[in-house]
Amino acid sequence: MSPWLALAIWLLVVATIIPVMGMAIGYAEMKISAHMQSRIGPYFAGGRFGWAQLIADGVKFFQKEDLVPDNADRPVFKMAPVLVMVGTVGLFVVIPFGPGLTPQNLDLGIFYALAISSIGTIGVLMAGWSSGNKYSLIGGLRAAGQLIAYELPLVLAVVGVVILAGTMSLDGIVQAQISWFSEAGWAWGMPFVIVQAVGLGVFFIASLAELSRIPFDMPIAESELVMGYLTEYSGFRFLFFFLAEFANMFTLSAIAATLFLGGYWVPGVPDSILQFVGPLVLLGKIALFVFVSIWLRWTFPRFREDQLQTLAWKWLVPISLANIIVTGILKVVI
Amino acid sequence: MTAYFENYLFVAAFALLGAVLVLVMLGVASILRPNKPTAAKKLTYECGVDPVGEGWSQTYVRYYVFGLLFVIFDVEAAFIFPWAIMAEELGMFGLVAIIIFMLTLVEGLFYAIKKGVLRWE
Repeated sequence: MSPWLALAIWLLVVATIIPVMGMAIGYAEMKISAHMQSRIGPYFAGGRFGWAQLIADGVKFFQKEDLVPDNADRPVFKMAPVLVMVGTVGLFVVIPFGPGLTPQNLDLGIFYALAISSIGTIGVLMAGWSSGNKYSLIGGLRAAGQLIAYELPLVLAVVGVVILAGTMSLDGIVQAQISWFSEAGWAWGMPFVIVQAVGLGVFFIASLAELSRIPFDMPIAESELVMGYLTEYSGFRFLFFFLAEFANMFTLSAIAATLFLGGYWVPGVPDSILQFVGPLVLLGKIALFVFVSIWLRWTFPRFREDQLQTLAWKWLVPISLANIIVTGILKVVI
Repeated sequence: MTAYFENYLFVAAFALLGAVLVLVMLGVASILRPNKPTAAKKLTYECGVDPVGEGWSQTYVRYYVFGLLFVIFDVEAAFIFPWAIMAEELGMFGLVAIIIFMLTLVEGLFYAIKKGVLRWE
């Protein structure tokens, strides 16, 4: 297949995945949250189970006025959602959906993913600063402080996996998990979570913080900052921040699943079948991570700002450094 | 087409898609939505009362210390990755070198913590 055709197909697929997965995760969040609090949640839209609730919400946003406050820095205010969305879509380039089903299998893989995901941080900071609103400014600064503090554990937790796999390409990492025992002649591979449970824990906590989800939602803490950096946004620009958050949940879960749970792979299934069921397997593993993060949302209260920084610098960074050393010793000595 | 060019063609196209998605949707919405700005709507939101002072008031940016710490550690992370890929080939020499390298940086972190960077009053 010519690269141009492949590119066109992938662009179409990603342009569909983002709104569909955004809505699916949004709906799951509404329903699961509701049931965790003994409520029913959306019920009427679409006839049964309120399945069309998110579609109705999306259509509603089309009719909303797009307000830019007089005080705001107009060009920066308008650019911010674009930048956030660029970071989100850019992440899809390296996610392996099945054997040979990666949009583009970059050699830098995971390094690229971590780099492009931090573009969104600039968008958030731009939104906070340009609104010309005190809440937004505080929210944006909090977001910047939080995102850079948790960027480190996120990056360092990945190093353990890279040591084991000996490559940074995401497809290569999946292959390394599949063929872990192939030298010993066993057909069964090993998902890296077995030796990198610490890495997965650090990665998951850090990705919750990167997504500003409860218990790490100080940047948009509604009880103290109204909506943080989102306070002045309305209509479609607001929707894009929201969509980006859910799409980022999808991509970060996909990367966590790929690094630690074997991605599209299930033990004992040959490549020819994986080509078709691979995306579904990956989707199942993503659903697991999304469910856990919604679950955590209703389990923990919000952190205080200094507790957040303490957790990152005193706990997660040293733990992930120790994890790297231990993994390195295991790899070199054994 | 070389693989190198193809790689970055995809990266550029995806980044562009992100921007185009936003701009197209905003364009469609701008046809459908009402547009009746009034002075009250364009006022900065401060929970209903008239805004006091300017939005860009002086703020104590206490996060700048974390910014400094972050730069140091991020550079460290960038240096660890090349070793991580080659860990097996570099063997004992690489392992000892990287442990010394990391301990040096952890010492810096320890110093910052002892200095009270993480204590808020």
